[in-house]
Amino acid sequence: MDQTVETGGRKIFETPLYPYGRTPDQEPGANAHHPVVIVGAGPIGLAAAIDLAQMDVPVVVLDDNDKVSWGSRAICFAKRPLEILDRLGCGDPMVDKGVVWNVGKVFFDERQVYDFNLLPEKGHKRPAFINLQQYYFEQYLVERAFELQRQGKPIELRGGNKVVSVTEKGDGVALSVDTPDGPYTMSADWLIACDGAGSPIRAMMGLDFVGRVFEDNFLIADVVMDADFPTERWFWFDPPFNRGQSALLHKQPDGVWRIDLQLGWNIDKDEEKKPENVIPRLKAMLGDDVKFELEWVSIYTFQCRRMEKFRHGHVLFAGDAAHQVSPFGARGANSGLQDTDNLCWKLKLVMDGLAPDSLLETYDVERIHGADENILNSSRSTDFITPKSEISRIFRDAALDLSERFDFARPLVNSGRLSVPCVYDGSPLNGPDGLAGGPARTRPGAPCPDAPLGDAYLLDRLGDEFQLLAIDADVPDSVEDCGIAASALRISSADDPTGDLAARYLGDATSAVYLLRPDQHVAARWTDYDEAAVKAALRTATGRA
Amino acid sequence: MADLKTAPNIAAPDDFYADLLAAHEGLTKAESDAFNARLILILSNHVGDREILRAALAAAAAPKK
Repeated sequence: MDQTVETGGRKIFETPLYPYGRTPDQEPGANAHHPVVIVGAGPIGLAAAIDLAQMDVPVVVLDDNDKVSWGSRAICFAKRPLEILDRLGCGDPMVDKGVVWNVGKVFFDERQVYDFNLLPEKGHKRPAFINLQQYYFEQYLVERAFELQRQGKPIELRGGNKVVSVTEKGDGVALSVDTPDGPYTMSADWLIACDGAGSPIRAMMGLDFVGRVFEDNFLIADVVMDADFPTERWFWFDPPFNRGQSALLHKQPDGVWRIDLQLGWNIDKDEEKKPENVIPRLKAMLGDDVKFELEWVSIYTFQCRRMEKFRHGHVLFAGDAAHQVSPFGARGANSGLQDTDNLCWKLKLVMDGLAPDSLLETYDVERIHGADENILNSSRSTDFITPKSEISRIFRDAALDLSERFDFARPLVNSGRLSVPCVYDGSPLNGPDGLAGGPARTRPGAPCPDAPLGDAYLLDRLGDEFQLLAIDADVPDSVEDCGIAASALRISSADDPTGDLAARYLGDATSAVYLLRPDQHVAARWTDYDEAAVKAALRTATGRA
Repeated sequence: MADLKTAPNIAAPDDFYADLLAAHEGLTKAESDAFNARLILILSNHVGDREILRAALAAAAAPKK
């Protein structure tokens, strides 16, 4: 669906980063076996590989390419994924390079109808959103993978390795891989398929990918220009330069601007992608006197769909391979990172024999919940942006007209509901909510919100293992149940000068004990420590209840 | 929780009805459709209560023949 053409100068995405090299696995009779094979070295595959390698799980990443993604592709990354990247040891380069933005403007016809400020809540290490080209995102992940390699962590990237067959065998997976030196075979205990929306693994296994295709096409153009547009998200409904359609302008690093232009359904994609057709469209939008250069052009169709199950025996699907949403909400790469965040600690416990195989079923439960939430939000945005009946356009335009004069109409305008992290309400891993007066945002299933902690931040102290967060409560240094331990992180009011921690974790309570998962989600919470209750919640949170 | 009012609630109903028609006078069909949509959104926001809005949507649906 995603068709790309190269239109600009040399970029990082033209440079091989993990070129093909022959490995001992390819020797005749090698019968190579790996604990975990990841297919796809995009953002999600790399994140999974880093997460597992940090836990000393040996991981091999196979990709038929050897470069980062071609063109900008995903550009908008939300706070929660940035927090996950911090846990993976590569949040800083992303945020240092990325463009932070808070202001959005909405235009209708020839006029601005309103603007908004995301007004991000204070007391978080990471901003609400950054814009960053996907090729930089992948580059920093690849660099982190190489850094782990240098530290002796068991992570290997194999470019030029194309998986051509896969067989799920009940207790593992058999693979055939094609290379410039010819094919070879390997087996794995587990395979994580992160091979994108067109997932060849999914196709080879004959699995479904069901959902809704919206009959509309969008032209994405990344242009390099010296323009004095502010660092804001500008969205147009029915503008003079793209009548009856919509448009988006958003800033990326290095003077690159993302422009989306809705084109309609009955178009010739190959024709529309040609620079001689793209450039006049952009000139109509930007004005004749703005000098720009095309970096990358693509045409895509909105679609919202997912696999019925993400887990198929010893094959686990993550990211776009498992679910696909329309853009305009920062929900694609962002939700994929939440997939691997959810999956990797569970897989590690199962591989170590500390948790039953059924723990992996909760990856399905929790991340399908997340995918459905994203698909719902994304479908609604798409219905607003591309009204498909006369009456839906009439209501859309009415909301836009009213939004200029009346505040009440602005929440009805939907130019993309920006991604917020999923709360795993109703998850079988959730333990009791025993904190009377505790804030709803930190209920069991919720991701931990950040808060200042002295001159540092709470989330930098959380994750990678089960933890007992004790606020003005007595807890032991560690509590263990059948080989799974939760270690204490004790905090007192003195560590909380801003009061943000108390507001986010205590509410009306005067003390709290939180059991936190390795992915920084709340498993259970109480007012005080009770060993039996904590152990029971630890069993529940690891699928052993 | 309040219920959707279905008993008469508008004082001087003839006057209101005349106002409604007057508001549409001189409008094209497209302008009238847009006016109605704006009116529905304004009134819906005024009501606010999702229960009542759901009941109103159900009440407005044509009865099954």
